[in-house]
Amino acid sequence: MRGVPAWLRGLVRRQYFWGIVAILILLGLNLIKDPTYLAIRVNPATGNLAGNLLDILRASAPILMISVGMALVIATGGIDLSVGSLMAVAGAVSMEFLNPIKDSSSVGAMLAAVALSLLLAGALGAVNGVLVTVVGLQPFISTLVMMLAGRGVAKVITSGQNTTASNAPFRWIANGYLFGLPVVFMLALAVVVLVALVVRRSALGLMIEAIGINRGASRMAGIKPRGIIISVYVVSGVLAGIAGIFAVSSVMTVDVSHTGYQLELDAILAVVIGGTSLAGGKFSFGGTVVGSLLITTLDKTVVFLGVSAPATPAFKAAVIIVLCLLQSDVRALIRRYLSGAGRRGPGGGEPVPAPQPGRDVAAQREQEVTV
Amino acid sequence: MDGPSPIVEMRGITVEFPGVKALDGVSFRLFPGEVHSLMGENGAGKSTLIKALTGVYSIDAGTILIEGQERRLHGTADAQAAGISTVYQEVNLCPNLTIGENVMLGHEVRGRFGIDWRATHQAATEALARLGLADLDPRRPLASVSLAIQQLVAISRAMVVNAKVLILDEPTSSLDAEEVARLFSVMRRLREQGVAILFVSHFLDQVFAISDRITVLRNGRFEGEYFRRDLDRATLIAKMIGKDLEALRALGSNRHTAAQDRTTGPLLRATGLGRKGSLEPTDIELYPGEVVGFAGLLGSGRTELARLLYGADRPDSGQVEVDGAVVHIHTPVDGLDHGIAYSTENRRDEGIVGDLTVRENLILAVQARRGWARPLSRREQDEIVRRYIDALNVRPADPEVLIKNLSGGNQQKVLLGRWLAVNPRLLLLDEPTRGIDVGAKAEIQAEVSRLADTGVSVVFISSEIEEVVRLSERIVVLKDHHKIGEIVNGPDVTADQVVEVIAKHETQLATEEVSA
Repeated sequence: MRGVPAWLRGLVRRQYFWGIVAILILLGLNLIKDPTYLAIRVNPATGNLAGNLLDILRASAPILMISVGMALVIATGGIDLSVGSLMAVAGAVSMEFLNPIKDSSSVGAMLAAVALSLLLAGALGAVNGVLVTVVGLQPFISTLVMMLAGRGVAKVITSGQNTTASNAPFRWIANGYLFGLPVVFMLALAVVVLVALVVRRSALGLMIEAIGINRGASRMAGIKPRGIIISVYVVSGVLAGIAGIFAVSSVMTVDVSHTGYQLELDAILAVVIGGTSLAGGKFSFGGTVVGSLLITTLDKTVVFLGVSAPATPAFKAAVIIVLCLLQSDVRALIRRYLSGAGRRGPGGGEPVPAPQPGRDVAAQREQEVTV
Repeated sequence: MDGPSPIVEMRGITVEFPGVKALDGVSFRLFPGEVHSLMGENGAGKSTLIKALTGVYSIDAGTILIEGQERRLHGTADAQAAGISTVYQEVNLCPNLTIGENVMLGHEVRGRFGIDWRATHQAATEALARLGLADLDPRRPLASVSLAIQQLVAISRAMVVNAKVLILDEPTSSLDAEEVARLFSVMRRLREQGVAILFVSHFLDQVFAISDRITVLRNGRFEGEYFRRDLDRATLIAKMIGKDLEALRALGSNRHTAAQDRTTGPLLRATGLGRKGSLEPTDIELYPGEVVGFAGLLGSGRTELARLLYGADRPDSGQVEVDGAVVHIHTPVDGLDHGIAYSTENRRDEGIVGDLTVRENLILAVQARRGWARPLSRREQDEIVRRYIDALNVRPADPEVLIKNLSGGNQQKVLLGRWLAVNPRLLLLDEPTRGIDVGAKAEIQAEVSRLADTGVSVVFISSEIEEVVRLSERIVVLKDHHKIGEIVNGPDVTADQVVEVIAKHETQLATEEVSA
């Protein structure tokens, strides 16, 4: 590592470094197949930018939203499996609200549809939070229930139909351009920055991490875990609502069975790739953004390389497993294995004590000595 | 009783952890058909000795003989094969299986078509009956019976695997008197069957009621092995805390001497404050500028009382007045709202937030007071951090180190700093000096005296009764979830007297058991 500039060394130490590497490798693969893959064109008629990279950015918007919410929930030591279904709920509310409205250029109708969708998604998020904190159900179970119930709610809202609507301002959210860039990506970016600022500039981030690391100690220090955990699930619900609006706005149709289907899993992967531990505690917005971009790039690459549809999940899984191995201490493990192979002496029977990280020794000793 | 040879003999056992000898040349003997209690205060090495005997820890020096043969125990499976079974306070059974399934787990009776459940439950019934537990229905799910019964089931299970040695580690800590009596009758039955029982309990009365022999450990060293009949309570306590009675009497008191301000009335007055299962209704008054010690053994109610005062646990009886006005303290936030802070004895689970830095740990309570929307500026944080790292001499003095990497004493100083930073009017310190080195201990004690001089009311809880006597103006004595007395400290009050108050006060249970 000698001679490597400090900023690069810092980057390598980041958990999401390997995520960035993976994105570059995937883009490289696509470049081999088509040397013009990364080319960005300017549409001479509209002045808008176009190209595969912009497609990736546009497609990443919904997953960015739910991943950021997921990162906050996971940081508290929970998980939110309902985000995909809440996307369908928000989509169903918008389409059902806009469907009967004749004036297809009404900005007011668009705003009302958005507000209504987010309100319901946030309310369902609050239900998650209450189930987790007040009722005391495990987050996995609470949000699993909401995942099933949410899709049911979406179907009830549209009476089981895949409702369509026509409203130009609403359609603009996913398909419009501003300053030559897709509106949907800029909106997503703005929301991420807003959430990150609120969480990191207030004491919310500290409290969320404290709760995720040691809920008992946080409570004893005077933090009210209940309120914070409920708010985090509400935020996750609202962000899922935004993602749902993004998703239906591009086609102006809600497919109650498929909108947001299984996206919660992509969001969890994005968060984990970003270096946030599923055990809760420290979380990273930057890493989550990298993770979301990687998942989207992977989706696009699978299509672009022509991986056959049946093989798609396996391909995706393989990439993610390799990535997780790189991130985990597999390198340290291999090193330990290599150096430890010759350590067992001729005496044989004595097990080699597992090397313990020196830093925890004090805490460990405490725990053991106390009777 | 020394006629037969011991079934377990441990000689010169040493167990070392990095930087500390948890056990140092300890010897221990266990004979068939006896109940042998292992006594010692926190950190004396009881758990370590048990873990060495059950193969959880490997020993660094010494020998373990089982039935006269030297054995090396690697892991609990080895110990079980050698006939040693352990029943922990938290029962290691499967709550979703039935009682019978738990008793027979791994020893099910096999018929031609796999497990013969009828015969298995029959065998379980017999195993239970041998312990006088014939009234238990082996087909009930384990989760449907009380913790006490679950422990008895765990003991039955140990007998099914033909244990010759049974280790009971704090089995009674959450049992009521009736349940304890039942456990004791099972233990007596096992003793008659020739089983050797190693018993650990913090309840002195129970130890005296059931034991044949007592081994005392102190600071990882062997203090002595005694027949119960040769030992009285005061002597035992003196041996556990390491001062002989004469020395205890000779030790003068240099108690905290701040003038207490009694003209204003108490800062806090609790009447009948209690919680079922943890503290009997208790009255207490705390005045500004005084240090009050809570003395008592572990499980006496000293921690439980402090937790109720802070709101860490919700009281279910009694009332609390602060400045003469009735208040309701049900959560830590309520406690903090009334200027009460509580530093827990359970540093790892309820104190430090391990993966946060020293800075973040120090400011946590202040930040929680202000709410999430009003973050402390970096400058305010630095001010708090610098003040308390300096005042309490936290080492390393780097606020950006993760707190889990600090030594126990320095973690404790950071926690003390966290509470001082909220400027409490009443500070409850539960075992603030446990497991920390002498230097840090003195610094924390000095800080306690200084605080009281500034008008803060301090409650000081410690297993070291000497330390309580040295620091406190008044000593509240607790035993078996009761407040049994209050001693106004003076030059002639000694730790020994406190010990005698604890020892003399016998609970109902002890009298019954001894006469039984």
